Amino acid sequence: MSDVFLPSAEMAYSSPDAQGFFGPYGGTFVPETVVPALTELDEAFREALNDPAFTGEFGELLQDYVGRPTPLYRAERLADAVGLGRVYLKREDLNHTGAHKINNTIGQCLLARRMGKHRVIAETGAGQHGVATATAAALMGLECSVFMGTEDIRRQSLNVYKMRLLGAEVIPVAEGTGTLADAVTAALRHWVERVEDTFYVLGSAVGPHPYPVMVREFQKVIGEETLVQLQGRAESVPDAVIACVGGGSNAIGMFYPFLRDLPAGKRPLLVGAEAAGLGIETDKHGAALTKGAPGVLHGFYSYLLQDDAGNPLEAYSISAGLDYPGVGPEHSYLKDEGLVRYEAVTDTEALAAFALLTEIEGIIPAIESAHALALLPRLASELGPDAVVVVNVSGRGDKDMDIVREAGLGGE
Amino acid sequence: MASEGAAPRGLGRGFPADRAALIVYLMAGYPDRATSLTALRAAARAGADVIELGVPYGNPLADGPVIAEAARVAREGGFGLAESIDLAAEFLAAEGLDAPPIALMTYLNPLMRMGLPRVAAAMREAGIAGVIVPDMPPEAARPWLAASAGLDTVFLVAPTSTFERLATVGAASAGFVYCVSTTGVTGERAELPAELGSLVEQIRGHTALPVAVGFGVCEPAQAAAVARIADGVVVGSAVVRRQGDPAAVEEFVGSLANAVLFARL
Repeated sequence: MSDVFLPSAEMAYSSPDAQGFFGPYGGTFVPETVVPALTELDEAFREALNDPAFTGEFGELLQDYVGRPTPLYRAERLADAVGLGRVYLKREDLNHTGAHKINNTIGQCLLARRMGKHRVIAETGAGQHGVATATAAALMGLECSVFMGTEDIRRQSLNVYKMRLLGAEVIPVAEGTGTLADAVTAALRHWVERVEDTFYVLGSAVGPHPYPVMVREFQKVIGEETLVQLQGRAESVPDAVIACVGGGSNAIGMFYPFLRDLPAGKRPLLVGAEAAGLGIETDKHGAALTKGAPGVLHGFYSYLLQDDAGNPLEAYSISAGLDYPGVGPEHSYLKDEGLVRYEAVTDTEALAAFALLTEIEGIIPAIESAHALALLPRLASELGPDAVVVVNVSGRGDKDMDIVREAGLGGE
Repeated sequence: MASEGAAPRGLGRGFPADRAALIVYLMAGYPDRATSLTALRAAARAGADVIELGVPYGNPLADGPVIAEAARVAREGGFGLAESIDLAAEFLAAEGLDAPPIALMTYLNPLMRMGLPRVAAAMREAGIAGVIVPDMPPEAARPWLAASAGLDTVFLVAPTSTFERLATVGAASAGFVYCVSTTGVTGERAELPAELGSLVEQIRGHTALPVAVGFGVCEPAQAAAVARIADGVVVGSAVVRRQGDPAAVEEFVGSLANAVLFARL
C-alpha cells in the first residue's frame, strides 16, 4: 500500500506561479507603499526556506515548543455514532495555545527576526491568532501589537487579557462592524504606515502574495504528519479528508500535501466546510465559496461576499474564526478545478457536532472545527459504512464556552 | 446624462505650463448627490485645475478617517461607481469645455464588479479623463489597461518605492504620476517630510509626465510649499471635511488656488 504515498511523475499540482496566482486567484492588489515590502518579504521567505538553519530551527520549535507531531487519533465511538468505518481526528487542538495558528506564527516570527524587524503586528477575530502571535513574539523577544474589532474584544475578553499578559498591545478597531474583516483592514493600514520597521504576521491563507503560499508552507506540517501517521497505521489513502474553511489556513495545511504527494485519481475526497451561519438562503453566513463571486479584498482576488456595487458584505457565523467575507485564493482555485469540494454548515449543525464529539469522545473542539465534524454524517450516507475519513480538529473549544452556553448546550 | 459624444479629455490638460496644478479631491454623493454636485461646481469655480472624484467604497484601505467616513455616508445614500460616473457626466456636461478634467479615484473591486470594458465605456461616454486606483499597482493593471483605451490611468509612487519601481510606475502612468508624500493613509498632516523634494526629483528622472504630490496637504501654506517642488498639489481630506457646505469648499479651494498661483513668484 505504501507506494501510493510516493511522489509520482503524474503529479502536476504546482500552484501558485511566481506572481502568486493560483489560476486567476491571488496576486498583489495593494497600495504602492507596501509593494516593495511584499517583494522583500517574498525574497526573504524563499531564501529562508532554502536555508537549513531556518527550516531546522522551525522544525525544532514545532517539536519542542508547539508539541508536534500532534496525534492522529482513531475515534471509534464517533465513527459508530455517525456510521462510518473509521474516523481519524488530527489533533491540532493539542498544540501549544490550543490551535493550528501557532504553526504559522512561529514561522512568520522567525522570518521577522531573520529580516531584522523587531516589531510585529497581527489581526485577530476570536483572538486565537492574536494569542498565537503574542506567544511567538514573547518567545522571540519581538514587540507585538494586535488589531482586534471592538465587538470581538467584547466577546473574547479572556483572549484579550491573555495577549496583554503575553506583553502584546491590543489595539481596538471600532470601524465597520468591529470584527475580523475590519481588524485586517486596520492592520493593513497600519502596515502601510509603519512598513519600514514592522512585520505583518497574517493569520490565514489570505492577503497579497506571498502570504497565502507562506501560510500554506508553515501549515503544511498538518497534512504531512497525517500522511505519515496514516502509513504508520497501515491505512491506505482515506476515502475523505475534511477541514473547516474561514480564510482557510488549517484546510490548506491539511489538503496541500495530499494534492502535492498523491497523483490525481489516488487522492481522497477533500472537503472544506465553510460557515452557513443561519443558512445560505439568508444574508447571515460566511459562505464565500458557495455564495460569493470573485473580487478583490485585502489585496488578493478570490471568491468574495459582495454587493452589486462591489462592496464587501458583512459575514456572519457563530464561529468568529469563520466570520470572514472572503476566502484564501488557493481555495477558490481548488473549487474551480474540482480538486476540493466545499460545503456549507449551519450554526445549528456545528453545535450538534460540537456536542457529539464532547459527549462521546471527551474532546471539546473549537466551534470552527465543529463545522468540519458536522460533515461526517453527510459523508457517511455518501461513502457508506466502511469509509475511512480524516477530520482536522483545528483547535480546542475552551474559547467557545460562553457561545455554546448561550446557545443552550449543556442544559444551561 | 452625458453630453452626446463627449470626447475623453486627457488629465494633462489640467496642468498649466507656468505653475503647479491644484488637484481637488471630492467624494461623490457626499453628503448627498445634490450637495456633492454643488461642491464640484464650487471647486471648479474657485480654481481647481483637476478634480479627483472619489467613488464611495466599503473597504477604503488607503484612506484615512475623513474620507472613509464620507464614503460611508455616501454609500448609505445609495452611491457607488455607477452613480459616481453619472454625477461626473452631469457636472462635465453642464460645465462644458471649461470644466476641469476629472480623474475617478476608485478601488479596484467596483471596477471589476461592473466589468472593466463596461465601466471604461461608461467613463468615456461621461467624458471622464482618467482613473486613480490605489490598490492596483502597475503589475496588476494589465486587464484594466487593455480595456481602458482613451482613459489616463495614474499610478502612484511612494517614499518606499525602489529605484526599479520608479521606472515601472513612470512608464506605466498616463496623465500624471501621483507621488504619495508619506507612508500611511490619506489625511491631514501638520508637516510634510523634508525629503519630499528629492523624491519628486527622482520621479522626474523616470517620466516626462507631471508629478503631483498628495496625502497630507491640508492648508494653503503647505500647498504653496508643494507647488514650488512639484507639478501638482492634491488636497483631499481637508476639502472633504468642508464638503457639506459648498460655500466653505469654494472659499477654501480659492485660498489654495491663490497659494498655488503665487507659490513660484
